[in-house]
Amino acid sequence: MSAEALAAFLIVTGGFFVLLGSIALIRLPDIFTRLHGPTKATTLGVGAIVIASSVAGYAMTGNVSLKELSVSLFLFITAPVSAHLLAKAALKEQSKDR
Amino acid sequence: MTLREWLVPQPILTLAIAALWALLAGDVSGGTLLLGLTLGLLIPVFTSQFWPGRPRTFRVGAALRLMFVVVYDIIVANVAVARIVLGNVQGIKSKFVDVPLDTDDPYVATILASIITLTPGTLSIDIDMDKRVAHIHGLDVPDQSLLIDEIKTRYEAPLKEIFGC
Amino acid sequence: MLTPAITIGFVLVGLATALTLWRLAKGPTMADRILALDTLAIDAIALVVLMGLSRGISFSFEAALLIAMMGFVGTVALCKYLIGRAIIE
Repeated sequence: MSAEALAAFLIVTGGFFVLLGSIALIRLPDIFTRLHGPTKATTLGVGAIVIASSVAGYAMTGNVSLKELSVSLFLFITAPVSAHLLAKAALKEQSKDR
Repeated sequence: MTLREWLVPQPILTLAIAALWALLAGDVSGGTLLLGLTLGLLIPVFTSQFWPGRPRTFRVGAALRLMFVVVYDIIVANVAVARIVLGNVQGIKSKFVDVPLDTDDPYVATILASIITLTPGTLSIDIDMDKRVAHIHGLDVPDQSLLIDEIKTRYEAPLKEIFGC
Repeated sequence: MLTPAITIGFVLVGLATALTLWRLAKGPTMADRILALDTLAIDAIALVVLMGLSRGISFSFEAALLIAMMGFVGTVALCKYLIGRAIIE
């Protein structure tokens, strides 16, 4: 598989997962289930797109550039932290309403 | 405290910062590596107040194995979640599950919580280190004990092996 | 081959952004809205990266990293505010 085909594949799968995360955000019934979508599917999708940009850069110029990976890395490290805080905020809000 | 522990309190962090610096700079020439290593040596010293406990053992082989397991799980389980999300969302049984922890190490618990959140289908809400319980939320949990079992054998046991506790 | 893939990517991510905006408007809880904002930031990263690919802009990476950092810090600050009604206790 050529680098270009790999990049194209990664972009389409990444886009699909980003869309999946947002569909989860729309369809799932309550805040805790909705948290599942964006924290994982969207993170994975954007990670794939960012890696695709690295691969496409290689396909177009022939230079290997890995700094795009740091965006994926950053997203994968921060996603659990945001999810944890969002869940706590949701719990707090729920307990106040009751 | 030996001189090495005082100068290089976090060897893994030092290497990680140097690697990240080389990644951001986009090359691995001598100057980049030197600057990266300098930052890697200085940042842990200046931020040592934020780090709980002393550094510990770190088994690279076990860590790599766990990394492959986690990446594999992220991809496979995302497809499983895709099926749930696109299917009948009213039929899912989502609920809170308490997972008892075998470790009292904050590093292990934090990394475990991150892994739980990143693998689709589960989300760590909170970790109670006093009671040694991780409160997690499962998107679709048909069998609670199966889920707890999977988390303990698939992620917690390798983590304890990596950090040797 | 890359150009049609980028177009498809734009369509998919654009759709995702529209759905996320709908959740942002609808709520119903504040946590939902913060979650939608966080997702919007991540969608924006995807759009910036795709834009950089389609126009051949090489510094789109820096913009993506900045949005990622700001999005994360913003989410954390908003959540902390919601939890404690104060960002610094």
